[in-house]
Amino acid sequence: MEKRVTFRGWLLPLLLIAPQVIISAVFFFYPAGQAIWQSLFIPDPFGLSMQYVGLGNFEFLLSDPFYRASFVTTAIFSILVTLCSMIPALFLAVLADRLIKGSGVYRTLLIWPYAVAPAVAGVLWLFMFNTRVGVVSWYLGQLGYDWNHVLNGGEAMGLVVVASAWGRISYNFLFFFAALQAVPKSVIEAAAIDGARFWRRFWTIVLPLLSPTTFFLLVVNIVYAFFETFGVIHTITAGGPQQTTTILVYKVFSDGFVGQDLGSSSAQSVILLIVVGLLTVVQFKFIEKRVHY
Amino acid sequence: MAREIHGMVEKRGAGLWLTHVFMILGVLVIFFPIWLAFVASTVTQPEIVKPPMPLLPGDQFWNNYKAALFSGVNVPVATMLFNSLVMAIGIAFGKIIISLLSAFAIVYFKFPGRNVFFWLIFLTLMLPVEVRIVPTFEVVASFGMLNSYSGLIFPLIASATATFLFRQFFLTIPDELAEAARVDGARPMRFFWDIVVPMSRTNVAALFVILFIYGWNQYLWPLLITTDPEMNTIVMGIKQMFPSGDDVAEWPVIMATSILAMIPPVIVVVGMQRLFIRGLVDSEK
Repeated sequence: MEKRVTFRGWLLPLLLIAPQVIISAVFFFYPAGQAIWQSLFIPDPFGLSMQYVGLGNFEFLLSDPFYRASFVTTAIFSILVTLCSMIPALFLAVLADRLIKGSGVYRTLLIWPYAVAPAVAGVLWLFMFNTRVGVVSWYLGQLGYDWNHVLNGGEAMGLVVVASAWGRISYNFLFFFAALQAVPKSVIEAAAIDGARFWRRFWTIVLPLLSPTTFFLLVVNIVYAFFETFGVIHTITAGGPQQTTTILVYKVFSDGFVGQDLGSSSAQSVILLIVVGLLTVVQFKFIEKRVHY
Repeated sequence: MAREIHGMVEKRGAGLWLTHVFMILGVLVIFFPIWLAFVASTVTQPEIVKPPMPLLPGDQFWNNYKAALFSGVNVPVATMLFNSLVMAIGIAFGKIIISLLSAFAIVYFKFPGRNVFFWLIFLTLMLPVEVRIVPTFEVVASFGMLNSYSGLIFPLIASATATFLFRQFFLTIPDELAEAARVDGARPMRFFWDIVVPMSRTNVAALFVILFIYGWNQYLWPLLITTDPEMNTIVMGIKQMFPSGDDVAEWPVIMATSILAMIPPVIVVVGMQRLFIRGLVDSEK
């Protein structure tokens, strides 16, 4: 789309666009280029020189069992976070949609967790499940269940999933609720006259009408789980135990900053770039579709 | 008739009560972690380390919050709050200003290289800071921007979302307005200040809410570039309050800090709910 009416001149628009272009160049394109460049080298043990290895870093990564495990971990983690945040959100949104009065109050209460930073959410959940002082872990102990996410990989994964999904419930709730409010009441009433009960109406009419929202939320929640949950993992498990919660973004951090393995960390960045690119393409394809919807 | 159908679709009586009950249960479950943090911030350390801790607030509210705000663990929490505020507001204003300007240039001018710039900005949509942390860190370090507000702010304001949002909005401004401005001999910047900016008010406000929370809740970036506790932001500073090794964490102070860390974004989200929801929907489209 273009404007019919535009102003003349070329110096002014260049000046106007300059701040954004300069900041993008310095803090985006140059570092991204650096990441791609560094991914082709390995530093010598003393860090004095770099040796060109071509795609060696990538070959090494893709055959590294730890890296492959991290891919699997990320996949499991993002699927679980997406499910655990979307299903309760849909349930709450359906309930709120059935209320004539009072849904505004619930909405105000339910959006709170969105404002809580992932890292703070991590601290709150860590506190509840702390092996020494946690309330929930203590009561679980009373029931005869010995909770220890510091040693048990499955429990660690469960905890970071729940802590990551918690704040997202608010976000998904808002989108589901808005979509439900947009479903034409006449369609629902027509089905009700035909004798369709609530669950039948939900499965055959409401859910299909929600599918654009659902698909959109699937994509953004996966992106969230991939890139924005670093704070949760760093505060709760720091990737452990035995790397069972080391997702890809966490590994870039731990290999690059803690392990100081720049070549490998850069190669991982490049692989993540490709993943982000793919997810963005999916998102845009979907938006195009929705415009025609 | 209409009323009966209504009754079939929207629950009344027992069904309505059941809906409320489930809804309240949902809210309670979702609120529980925040409640527990609040309780922990009002009791004494011995009450917490001997589980189970109480589930109702104690009488140590002022003591714990005073301890957190004015002494903290490594640095007073008041300092971290101030740093977070500067960072969040800096990011929000910075992004809004540079995107208003560049969107105006892209929409209202035809200049050489316009499409190239447009695509360059578009590409930045795809690069979250988490992905390029090592080289970005090196750039910031080479500028001597570690432990500084500019180091906290600038790398995070280069994002295309806001630019696209404003571009979409500017395209809906009627051409007649620009035409009238041109006939009247108004310069482009005058048109920008007198027409475009005032018309974008609501979009700017909605975006401010979203960006403020984005900036406030940053974790990884401040963790990397603020090695001096004086420059820590509150969200990343909480983790630094945990002792390394076997020492017992000072839970009441840590939980008071967690509550303090969530108050500003919660006020923004709940207080500006309408703008927040609008900003959320707009910026994700």
